[in-house]
Amino acid sequence: MTISLKPSNSPPEKLQPSGWLKYLSFSLDHKVIGLQYLVCGFLFYLIGGSLAGAIRVELISPLSDFMPREVYNQVLTLHGTIMIFLWIVPVVNGAFGNYLIPFYVGARDMAFPRLNAVAFWLIPPSGLMLITSYFINGAAQSGWTAYPPLSITTPAAGQIIWILSVLLLGGSSIFGGINFIATILKLRRPGLKLMQLPMYCWAMLGTSILVVLSTPVLAGTLILLSFDIVAHTGFFNPSLGGNVIVYQHLFWFYSHPAVYIMVLPAFGLVSEILPIHSRKPLFGYTTMVFSIMGIVVLGLVVWAHHMFTSGTPPWMRLFFTIATAFIAVPTGIKFFNWVATLWGGKISLNAAMLFSCGFIINFVLGGITGVALAQVPFDVHVHDTYFVVAHFHYIVYGGSVFVIFSSIYHWFPKFTGKMLNENLGRFHFIITFIGFNLCFAPQHWLGLNGMPRRVAEYDPQFQIINQISSVGALLMALSTLPFLWNILQSILFGDDAGDNPWNALTPEWLTSSPPPVENWEGEAPLVLEPYGYGEKDSNNT
Amino acid sequence: MPKLSAILTLTLSLILGVAGVWIAYNVNMLPVSASINAPVYDELYRVLFIIGCILFIGMTALVIYSLIQFRRRPGETGDGIDLEGNISLEIFWTAVPAIVVLFVGLYSYDIYDRMGGMQPLMHDHSGQMDNQAERVWGGIGSGPIESSSTKNSSSLPIELTAMQFAFIFHYPKGDIISGELHVPVGREVNLKMESKDVIHAFWVPQFRLKQDVIPGQPTILNFTPTKAGNYPIVCAELCGPYHGGMRSNVIVDEQEDFDTWLKENSKESI
Amino acid sequence: MTSIVPKEQSSESKKELSTEEHEDFRLFGLIAFLIADGMTFAGFFAAYLTFKAVNPLGPDAIYELELPLPTLNTVLLLVSSFTFHRAGKFLEKNEAKQCQKWLLITGALGLAFLISQMFEYFTLPFGLTDNLYASTFYALTGFHGLHVTLGSIMIMIIWWQTRIPSGRVNNENKFPFEAVELYWHFVDGIWVVLFIILYLL
Ligand code: HEA
Ligand code: HEA
Ligand code: CUA
Ligand SMILES: [Cu+2]
Repeated sequence: MTISLKPSNSPPEKLQPSGWLKYLSFSLDHKVIGLQYLVCGFLFYLIGGSLAGAIRVELISPLSDFMPREVYNQVLTLHGTIMIFLWIVPVVNGAFGNYLIPFYVGARDMAFPRLNAVAFWLIPPSGLMLITSYFINGAAQSGWTAYPPLSITTPAAGQIIWILSVLLLGGSSIFGGINFIATILKLRRPGLKLMQLPMYCWAMLGTSILVVLSTPVLAGTLILLSFDIVAHTGFFNPSLGGNVIVYQHLFWFYSHPAVYIMVLPAFGLVSEILPIHSRKPLFGYTTMVFSIMGIVVLGLVVWAHHMFTSGTPPWMRLFFTIATAFIAVPTGIKFFNWVATLWGGKISLNAAMLFSCGFIINFVLGGITGVALAQVPFDVHVHDTYFVVAHFHYIVYGGSVFVIFSSIYHWFPKFTGKMLNENLGRFHFIITFIGFNLCFAPQHWLGLNGMPRRVAEYDPQFQIINQISSVGALLMALSTLPFLWNILQSILFGDDAGDNPWNALTPEWLTSSPPPVENWEGEAPLVLEPYGYGEKDSNNT
Repeated sequence: MPKLSAILTLTLSLILGVAGVWIAYNVNMLPVSASINAPVYDELYRVLFIIGCILFIGMTALVIYSLIQFRRRPGETGDGIDLEGNISLEIFWTAVPAIVVLFVGLYSYDIYDRMGGMQPLMHDHSGQMDNQAERVWGGIGSGPIESSSTKNSSSLPIELTAMQFAFIFHYPKGDIISGELHVPVGREVNLKMESKDVIHAFWVPQFRLKQDVIPGQPTILNFTPTKAGNYPIVCAELCGPYHGGMRSNVIVDEQEDFDTWLKENSKESI
Repeated sequence: MTSIVPKEQSSESKKELSTEEHEDFRLFGLIAFLIADGMTFAGFFAAYLTFKAVNPLGPDAIYELELPLPTLNTVLLLVSSFTFHRAGKFLEKNEAKQCQKWLLITGALGLAFLISQMFEYFTLPFGLTDNLYASTFYALTGFHGLHVTLGSIMIMIIWWQTRIPSGRVNNENKFPFEAVELYWHFVDGIWVVLFIILYLL
């Protein structure tokens, strides 16, 4: 059955607010929603970053002197939760997904515009709720993992609010995931085959599958946890006969896929950016697609590598070691393909390119430490230490956040019609890259030598290294200034970008900047070769 | 030409490999090793470090080289080469990581086995089997290295109770209760751990061992100290506000010193 | 420089559908949602089975389930799936009265299920916080009961909407009907799994 829905079934023109006000409204336009996600996420990033700043200030000295110990735990819980659920996940999925996917499939909007708006508008209230909990009774203080029985015995108010907001954010992400799957599979422009889609579509398809399969398990788990807190049931409470390890299994069944939810879309974005700025086709399209799906499948069966010291039986440790290590294979394929994409190109060394290459370098390091962590005997020493903190910041910051910056430099002209200042962008990159490595590289050493994570006080022998790390964090904080200044001055006085400043072939560039509400005047262009760059005549091999 | 580039690639890879090995043997990032499985751990660490260095330096070099060599020069227009894929290359860089990863996995299995990770947990060392009904959860069991090299064949049983925010050690032999762990050099210790409230973790960086202490589920950790000295015991699992302060010491004594300590502190004569 | 226009603008594909039309994929979205919902249940089931496998109950803990009532419940739900299907047949034939009748029966069966479930709750010898299995039992059946409640309400809405002449659900606009039906079958299927795992194993 086919029905004739106007794809952008938005309310009549005059009812919709226009100008900047539309960004505060319940808009159904996927481009507006995408930017809502982006700006909202960035505001939460500043908050989460300020909390990271507080952590690094506390760790300048080995004593717990900057803030009370409870507050430290609240700060690090909020930092982790905000960064993951309110910054990375909404931005790499929600922001760029909503903005780009309808263009890539040749549609005028997402499959379910109303659901889409609901998904976004769940985010600001739950984020604010989470943050205000700090000012009421104190926020949750059991880390972003909320392991019971600690989460059952710490003050209940903060923990319950934490559960509630994570549930809402999870709901938002499930709605988003359903929408992406339907849009990519069902809303494709006639004549466009799956294997002709830009890589970001595949990344979002894989991510959304993970979202739909794993987020509900987290929701169920947190509901049980809240019962334990409120109704005094004993699911995870050993003093009532419960089992704390079951919580960990259920939690990581979501939270390991969640790390790919944070990084697969970033992989997709990089696959869009690299070919354009190196003027070459994306290398190995087909293997890229298969490696994404391989990561999706493997990602679902490796969760227990977070539990190697939790008293899991040997066979389980062994299985999860091997399964985890094998994720390096499909991931590696992607990285080699990207390098091959650069090879022989005509590379513009602009900010978008630099951030993408910074991503490759940082992520490879983070991935290597990941593969090391996956080895049980290695992990029993460094589990729950700063080595792990270094591993995942290399991936979430050096990976996902670098890609977000890269994408902002790349798509800003499309979003606004204005160019960003490239020199300022390169400056931003250099400061961020140095600050980032200064902050997190030394943490590997800390972890190997005996500094556990989530501590406000530590052995004085680690002081120097911690101070170096804090200086790096300061540089990272400062590096946001040129970025913000760049955005501000280019919105106000930036040069006009034109429709297609990068001479790109993907569909979003084949319309005006910023695009009209219905995305294209007239029919959507049919782009069968999104990566058709490269000169055929210049006979190279 | 192709021959030249092949030779070049080969030399570069060789240099890379040598550099990786050199770094791994000259940059030491681990604390002293003070237990029988610590050197085994360090062996694994070194192998992982070599592989990591080669991969990281190699990838970084490739990216930086590409950025410099293939940068757009002033006044240049036009595209790069029209190169969309290469099957044999793809197969190559699927197979190599797969082999490396498989090797690493098998190797770390071997290491884990040598550390005693694959041994059944309740080895009947001291003759005192635990209550059958009681479930003991994973940890590291007693491995072959311990039994082969220890002078003292019987292991020393100690019970650890963790609570917010302290470790308490109980020596069944002599009924000693102590806030610090005293153990003799070269004798296997059989640590049985249980928590009173939330999850804690017992970690001695110099032993390269860590095991969560879980409420409601006793866990086991076997280790053999090899170097006399005083090492920190660190709680590695977030357990509340004073988690950072939850530390203790393990004092590894020579056998005689340990015996005197035992004698001085025991409540009953041994 | 490469031109902006894509290299191959194919023209052959404009035959079947213009870009302004597309299939109705609302049911597809619902299926995706039900998969997600099913994963929540899967998590609960996994937790229950693990508890059973590794946390034996203490000797004095009571966890006894009687079979008759839940068996009745299973029959009620299975029959209601069938009656819903009947209603659908009549909707197709544009016989609104018959369709409404069968919908009403379905709704009544749903309600009967809920009542019988309540009855079971009140006669069980254990309460929510008595022990681990008891808690999991209530969490699972309660979560499922919530689904049945929601489904029954939606059935009643559909029942109201299929009336002639002013109702909005009819042979032309079948989606709401199909959606609720799919949902109902799903809830039904979950119950069967739940029945097997909770009562029979
Ligand atoms: C975006 C987020 C993200 C991503 C993508 C990853 C990716 C990986 N992670 Fe990480 N991880 C986290 C975020 C992430 N992680 C977080 C947040 C935690 C801590 C949670 C907490 O406790 O709070 C964590 C913790 C964590 C642990 C638990 C540590 C512990 O607590 O003891 C482990 C253990 O196995 C692990 C492994 C891996 C592996 C093997 C990968 C792999 O996917 C990496 C694969 C990539 C590469 C390997 C690089 C590229 C490949 C090549 C160049 C090919 C050649 C390579 C080889 C042959 C090795 N991670
Ligand atoms: C997912 C993404 C993510 C990101 C991007 C970051 C970014 C950063 N993180 Fe975070 N981190 C986590 C996820 C993330 N983190 C998680 C999941 C944990 C684990 C939590 C747990 O254990 O439960 C963690 C834990 C964690 C720890 C360990 C705490 C502990 O175990 O005790 C540390 C310590 O150094 C740290 C530091 C930092 C720093 C310095 C940054 C920097 O990169 C941040 C840089 C950004 C800024 C500095 C913002 C700049 C803006 C301003 C300064 C302007 C100020 C604005 C206003 C005042 C309005 N993080
Ligand atoms: Cu005990 Cu941390
Ligand atoms: Cu993981």
